[in-house]
Amino acid sequence: MNLFNIVEELEKVDPELNDRLNPRRAAIKNITSFGSKVALAAVPFALGTMLKRAYGATATTSVVDVLNYALTLEYLESSFYNQGAASAGLIPASGTAYINTVKDDENQHVAFLKTAITQSGGTPVTSPKFDFTAGGGTGNGPFKGVFSDYSLFLKVALAFEDTGVRAYKGQAPNLLGNKDILTAALSIHAVEARHASAIRQLLGVSPWITSTATLGNDTGISLVNGNYAGEETIKQGGVDLTTLPSVTASTTSVAVATAAFDEPLSKDQVLELLVGTFIYS
Amino acid sequence: MKTSEQESIGGTNMARRSFLRYAGLGVASAGLLATAACHKDHKVIVGGGIDIGAKGDLAILNYAYALEQLEAAFYIQVVASPYSGMTSDEKALFTSIRDHEVVHREFFKKALGGNAIPALTVDFSSIDFTKKSAVLGAAKAFEDTGVKAYDGAGYLIQDAGYLTIAGKIVSVEARHAALISNMLVAGSFAADDQVDSNGLNRSATIAEVLPIANTYLKTKVNASNYGYVA
Repeated sequence: MNLFNIVEELEKVDPELNDRLNPRRAAIKNITSFGSKVALAAVPFALGTMLKRAYGATATTSVVDVLNYALTLEYLESSFYNQGAASAGLIPASGTAYINTVKDDENQHVAFLKTAITQSGGTPVTSPKFDFTAGGGTGNGPFKGVFSDYSLFLKVALAFEDTGVRAYKGQAPNLLGNKDILTAALSIHAVEARHASAIRQLLGVSPWITSTATLGNDTGISLVNGNYAGEETIKQGGVDLTTLPSVTASTTSVAVATAAFDEPLSKDQVLELLVGTFIYS
Repeated sequence: MKTSEQESIGGTNMARRSFLRYAGLGVASAGLLATAACHKDHKVIVGGGIDIGAKGDLAILNYAYALEQLEAAFYIQVVASPYSGMTSDEKALFTSIRDHEVVHREFFKKALGGNAIPALTVDFSSIDFTKKSAVLGAAKAFEDTGVKAYDGAGYLIQDAGYLTIAGKIVSVEARHAALISNMLVAGSFAADDQVDSNGLNRSATIAEVLPIANTYLKTKVNASNYGYVA
């Protein structure tokens, strides 16, 4: 099988392959879920490199791509809180100020990113459609009642915030050394972490993600286990944190080691968590 | 040529090499760090204090190490001498934050190995640890400054692996900051003093952060190559 045959075969699976091979591709939502379809082929090195350029998160990810990806996540969050705030009887008086602060920040992030994308010479993506029940457009997913059950609303909010923190963190290397854009991205990242902490406080769970050795997710909602996968890591930069001394012992607990460091998610990981459930077109 | 000091930090160099492998870095970056390590110019004494050293990742990591030393020392004291009326819930939260800051400190110490600045001597004489308002006020200053410092120094980091590590830490600092803010004023977790009108956390330069940190340090920390000497 020669290279052209492989590309032809891939085009049958992915009719937009040629667009993908163009590093200036704009529509980030198109790159979802193809990873598994192409992974089956033991492709030659040259093709592997080309595919990495087409599908990968790092090789040719431009600043505009990163910003449009961030914008998509902010559309998700802002729509969620806008809809929540507009749902009569959902948010009790005790939570109004908290949720409004978060909502306003997310709407500001949308506006800021649109401006940043335009100023970077790109075109902001339009908002996809959302189903906050995670029903893929049916409105009848596992989180049905998300806009009538406050506890459920907060739990979905928390999953979005913690995932948002992970998503921004995952993009930092793509913005390495870019003073303006990296600093802005890190600054949004910190605000998402502030939100995550506050939503956790409203829910009455610890403000930080305290994993066990085998389970990253500390929210008790098994449906979002994937959003926390990897948070249980205890190794950072080759150092096993549990071997480091703590105040009261010569070692550090898994709970402390995992809570003290938040973990990143790649773009593909994040989109796999969202597309087809929360994002459906 | 191998000095006895280099011998003694062999274990840490192993850790750093693992880190580089983990970060997916090639020979060029490893060589760069090795060169920086040989010069040992990060420990130059300037103006009677400690300098974070020549421009580069080691300097930024030492900058972070200095801030984490300060935060860890603060919370160790908060937990060791609780303010009047500290509830058991509050004590548990401060204990968790203390433990996070200590593992941050120990991580940088281990990762930097022989390139680390020394342990700093703190001076908390301006903080009344018996008063809740004083402790929360100082905690807010430490956490907010920490978040702004990491966000402001991120672009100076040249190695993607180190940048990701900084990102892993700063979001936890932001979680702390939001909690402490809410303990002071409920709902102030993303207030205007820390978050601008674009919804961005404010950031700060090394030259803006170190003067604040130095007010709590007997050993002054300088960054002569980043425009600040105490």
